Amino acid sequence: MAASPQPAARLQWLFGAIALPRGWRVGAGPLIAAAVLVVIVAATLAAPLIVPHDPMAMDALQRLKGPSDVYPLGTDAYGRDMLSRVVTGGRVSLLIGIGAAVISVAIGLMIGLVSGFFRLADAIIMRVMDSLMAIPSILLAIALVALNGPSIWSVMGAITIPEIPRVVRLVRSVVLSAREEPYVEAALALGSSMPKILWQHLMPNTLAPLIVQGTYICASAILTEAILSFLGAGVSTEIPTWGNIMAEGRVYFQLKPSLIFWPGLMLSLCILSINLLGDTARDLLDPRLKKREA
Amino acid sequence: MLGYIIRRILAVIPVMTIVAIFVFLLLRLTPGDPAAIIAGDMATPAQLERIRTSLGLSDPLHVQFVTWVGLLLKGELGTSLISNTPVTQMIGQRIWPTFNIAVLTIVLSVLIAVPMGVLAAWRHRTWVDYAVMAFSVLGFSIPVFVIGYLFIQAFAIELRWFPVQGYAAPSEGFGKFLARAILPCLTLATIYVALIARMTRASMLEVLGEDYIRTARAKGVKETVVLFRHALRNAAVPIMTIIGTGFALLIGGVVVTESVFNIPGIGRLTVDAILARDYPVIQGMILLTSGLYVFINLVIDLSYTFFDPRIRY
Repeated sequence: MAASPQPAARLQWLFGAIALPRGWRVGAGPLIAAAVLVVIVAATLAAPLIVPHDPMAMDALQRLKGPSDVYPLGTDAYGRDMLSRVVTGGRVSLLIGIGAAVISVAIGLMIGLVSGFFRLADAIIMRVMDSLMAIPSILLAIALVALNGPSIWSVMGAITIPEIPRVVRLVRSVVLSAREEPYVEAALALGSSMPKILWQHLMPNTLAPLIVQGTYICASAILTEAILSFLGAGVSTEIPTWGNIMAEGRVYFQLKPSLIFWPGLMLSLCILSINLLGDTARDLLDPRLKKREA
Repeated sequence: MLGYIIRRILAVIPVMTIVAIFVFLLLRLTPGDPAAIIAGDMATPAQLERIRTSLGLSDPLHVQFVTWVGLLLKGELGTSLISNTPVTQMIGQRIWPTFNIAVLTIVLSVLIAVPMGVLAAWRHRTWVDYAVMAFSVLGFSIPVFVIGYLFIQAFAIELRWFPVQGYAAPSEGFGKFLARAILPCLTLATIYVALIARMTRASMLEVLGEDYIRTARAKGVKETVVLFRHALRNAAVPIMTIIGTGFALLIGGVVVTESVFNIPGIGRLTVDAILARDYPVIQGMILLTSGLYVFINLVIDLSYTFFDPRIRY
């Protein structure tokens, strides 16, 4: 009986492509960023268990109250607890961010692999991608949400589609340079099937840049969600998201700036951490960039 | 050279064609009845019928497309479903505030960002460099409307330097225009400055390592001349490129900023159109801004030879 390959060995071809510089040390910045992100993600995941109030419970007597023992961050215009809302709101915002990053990277990877390897498909795909990139992403997302309704999935899709061309371009450029390598020629000569070459020999090359790109997309998707909600083209207002909380706080901004300040701070901290981790990942995974900067 | 320019201009045609097809299909391929989506839940059959006729939704798809493109080539973007005025006229009435703010923002951003990036590269790995990089990451991480509200709170409400909201045309007096435009422009500029400064720094770092920079310094050329004439000019192409691609970011920012500062430009027009589901206006705005984006990037592409004489086509 043949021994089945160990999982580690099976993934070797995949993760062997991600080379970390020997003896790398992470500075204080990325460590703090990672810690902040862990706290935010953990808090939002555990939100139903830890928030002091029901984030949806309105109380007409407690409208726009300042911070107190009962409401640590005060209340909003409907008397809902701000702390509970801000913590709970992170759930959907983060879901949309991570979802948009994963989906756009997955779709972009498929299209990019094909585009990088087949010249005929390349010409057509790249024209379409250029056109998609010419449409300002916020406007495209607005139009998509306006047509598909304000559900979480529709907003996630609307944010994902404009990001795809950027992933395609990245994957394509990596494949274009990798496909001239002798090992691809060797695989072709040995009669490997095209899908196998694409997936097993070319795809791993794209992994490191895609991880970096994915973190940036995640950050920008969370930002876009907030902007869409702010413009009234986001997730339905019944669901608290960071964007929705800020959009509602807008009307009372001059009265109570903290309605925008707290969700804005959470969101900015979150995006800042993701961006910093992305920069760190880029420095670690892409030695070429590092060398250029040194 | 002339051949390249012509080919580059012709390359705009397929891109804009696909954009047009895309915008056309966006409405038509949405699951469900597009007229019902636009009209909302409360629509009467008469309203639905009016929307169908006004958008020509009853015809077969290819007939709709030909009619639509025909009108488009004549410069007609359709009629608003709400106000019944032509979309081109609506955009024409509202474009100037946006244009003025956008131009001022781009000028301001370049004037702030390029020296910032040059300084960061020149003083690489010092506190100046780290400060510029920190600002740049921060600029990417704060939603543009939060920046806008922070500015309003700080400079308009606390310090009372500028009016809180509103807009005045430059024809009403340049000082009056500037007082109202400066906060929106700074708001919009934040992310643009972050983007350009980052690219300037990276591009300058690369150029400053070149031999001809060392030669220039060895000859005793003044450091400012080395930085701005020798280095910056050679670093200009990626900077120009990012100014062009960043234009898409600027358009997104305009839509938000005009809402925050209550500026009656095409950004506000778009937001009002979304809230009212005025699809022809949204469609017109997408076409207009994509066209602008393509045009600006075309001009920038063609300007490379001016910045870098080594580039010959």
